Amino acid sequence: MTTLAPTRPTESAGVRVLRTVLRSRELAIVIVLVAIVLFATARRSSFVFSADGWRDTLLAPSILLVLAVGQMVVVVTRNVDLSIGSTLGISAYVVGKIFVANPDTSVFVVFAAGIAVGAVVGAINGLLVTVFNVPSLVITLGMMYVLRGALTHEVGSERINAQDFPAHFEKLGTQQVLTIPVLTIIALVVVAVVGYYLHTARGGRELYAIGSDPDAAVLYGLPAARRVFGAFVLCGALAGLAGVFSTARYATAFSGTGKDIELQAVAAVVIGGVAIFGGSGTVWGAAIGAFLLVTINRALPILGISEFWQGAVVGLLIIGSIVLDRVLSIRRQHRLLEARDHA
Amino acid sequence: MSTQTDGSAGAPARTYSSYSRNVALRVLMTREMAIVVALVVVYLYALGNIQFFDGPLTLFNLSKEYAPILMMALPMTLIIITGEIDLSVASTLGVSAAVTGVLVIEHDLSVPTAAVLAVVVGAVLGALNGFFVAYVGLPSLAVTIGTLALYRGLAEGLIQDKRIAGFPDTWQDWPTERIGETQYPNIVIPVVVLVVVFAVLLHFTTFGRGVFEIGLSDEAAHFSGVNVARTKLVLFTLSGAVAALAGVYVALKANSVATDTGAGFELKVIAGVLLGGVSIFGGRGALHGVVAGVLLIAVLNSALQLDGQGSEVIQIIIGLLLVGSVIASSNLSRVRALLPRRAVKTAARSTTTPPTPTPGDDTRKVVQ
Repeated sequence: MTTLAPTRPTESAGVRVLRTVLRSRELAIVIVLVAIVLFATARRSSFVFSADGWRDTLLAPSILLVLAVGQMVVVVTRNVDLSIGSTLGISAYVVGKIFVANPDTSVFVVFAAGIAVGAVVGAINGLLVTVFNVPSLVITLGMMYVLRGALTHEVGSERINAQDFPAHFEKLGTQQVLTIPVLTIIALVVVAVVGYYLHTARGGRELYAIGSDPDAAVLYGLPAARRVFGAFVLCGALAGLAGVFSTARYATAFSGTGKDIELQAVAAVVIGGVAIFGGSGTVWGAAIGAFLLVTINRALPILGISEFWQGAVVGLLIIGSIVLDRVLSIRRQHRLLEARDHA
Repeated sequence: MSTQTDGSAGAPARTYSSYSRNVALRVLMTREMAIVVALVVVYLYALGNIQFFDGPLTLFNLSKEYAPILMMALPMTLIIITGEIDLSVASTLGVSAAVTGVLVIEHDLSVPTAAVLAVVVGAVLGALNGFFVAYVGLPSLAVTIGTLALYRGLAEGLIQDKRIAGFPDTWQDWPTERIGETQYPNIVIPVVVLVVVFAVLLHFTTFGRGVFEIGLSDEAAHFSGVNVARTKLVLFTLSGAVAALAGVYVALKANSVATDTGAGFELKVIAGVLLGGVSIFGGRGALHGVVAGVLLIAVLNSALQLDGQGSEVIQIIIGLLLVGSVIASSNLSRVRALLPRRAVKTAARSTTTPPTPTPGDDTRKVVQ
């Protein structure tokens, strides 16, 4: 096999890119995703080839897409953020409250407010985790309870409904540019920017280094605490953005908004091939994972699998993808060992 | 008892300072004791200050509601001490409740037969988790997020849109009937038995020593003769079986089964365990702390309810307790180092052993 040398001087850039793509872990989920969409479309062409179907296919994953990107950035540093569902709920409520107070508020102000609320929550998480040096799983689990409780305490049984939102904001939820929904465009821009940062920027690469071995990263002199803090702020901010998305799309905000979505985001990240203990994986993978998770839920009834078994299929998908990761990593290890022995 | 294991290979060397204090101090000055004291204080405060807390229904309802949480917290303690985690317990509970319901109500099986079958199913589901974690070598956090979805999906698939309710009266009433004249329902009996069994298993058997060893270091445990994979498989199987038992109870107690029976319990269970002083890194913890941790949540819950507070207040308090307790326990050593009286001792110790017994070198299992 010719897989040993990562780059060969004789290869053109195009071949190299193609080789990377073909060998990437992400390709596996892309194939599954495409297969599901093809099968579903073959059975019912309106799944994609109708105005509504096309829009839903692109629009439905946008919220989870944004959450998964944020979660991925935290997971890659060997942390996890379980509080994003609560953050999303708070952001959605704040957005609703702003519109109740002043229906003419600009959409940009609302986006800024939602993101800021999320960033503050993320900063609290990040500070607790880095300053006190405690496991993020426990801290964010606690924060999930605290934030959800505080939100419920504040909101009670109140519900901000469609009539409370101005038309220009509600329209945003379904608006399309060149048939692509606006929310999806924003989500894809987020994916692209964060993905590019993690792939190329020094700060992004340091996140991987911290996740691979936190102690080594500190000894090497990387600003580990600052980077992890930054990852939490970004994750919180994106959860806040997802809160704005959620209000725009569903035109409602109540105390239960975004409940239980945190595990879905973690699932999307895992399906996307990001190692749960950090150090490897890509933003693209997490994004495709989110896309797949949402799409599979929409497609299963069309594929003839009763909606009652959807949860089970999603579970199998998660297990399948971590088993696949394990198999791939064992194979890679063998290959590296062989390479070393032959050297 | 110190929370550190005794000094066989792999455990951090027992240090003089942890044995130089007298026995009473060593027993009293632990993280577990802090939770026990907190529990007693909250209970006494509630007795004195909250109207109707001393009524006959308080302890009854409290034991009824928190029995399943406490049951699931027992094997969860052992699993977290090995450095793993099981997020799928509540879904296993859901499957077991669904199996019990479907077998009894649709297939007219007797409740004991259905319960045994449900527990077997639970054990199988647990063993599947254990297989993936112990023998395939997958991270338990990821595996059990997957099985959380998978098992919940099975429960949904079993129940679909059927209405499953109305167990035979004798069985439906038994778990929640009072024991004689006491304030406690019958379910307390199996719970107490399980607590004793798990306490003995964890603290007084070779198997239990192995659990601590694995938590401190998989590899060291392996080299000191602990069968790491088998231990983990057994623990996950136990976790599944106990969750299934809790599922049978929840089904009987509610006299109906829904697709979301027990949903969200997993985080309550884990909150109770961590509050009880078990380290999420593994290697440290004790069962009496966990029992106190779960009871503390239960007592706070009923006290606040009687005080007219909504369930969201208890949520906030559980969250704050969780965050506070973790911060306190992992920063206690830092604070101690600042105290002048202990300064010399701590300094001397830190040259020979790490200040906290976190298995920092074991990269596979640690989620910071």
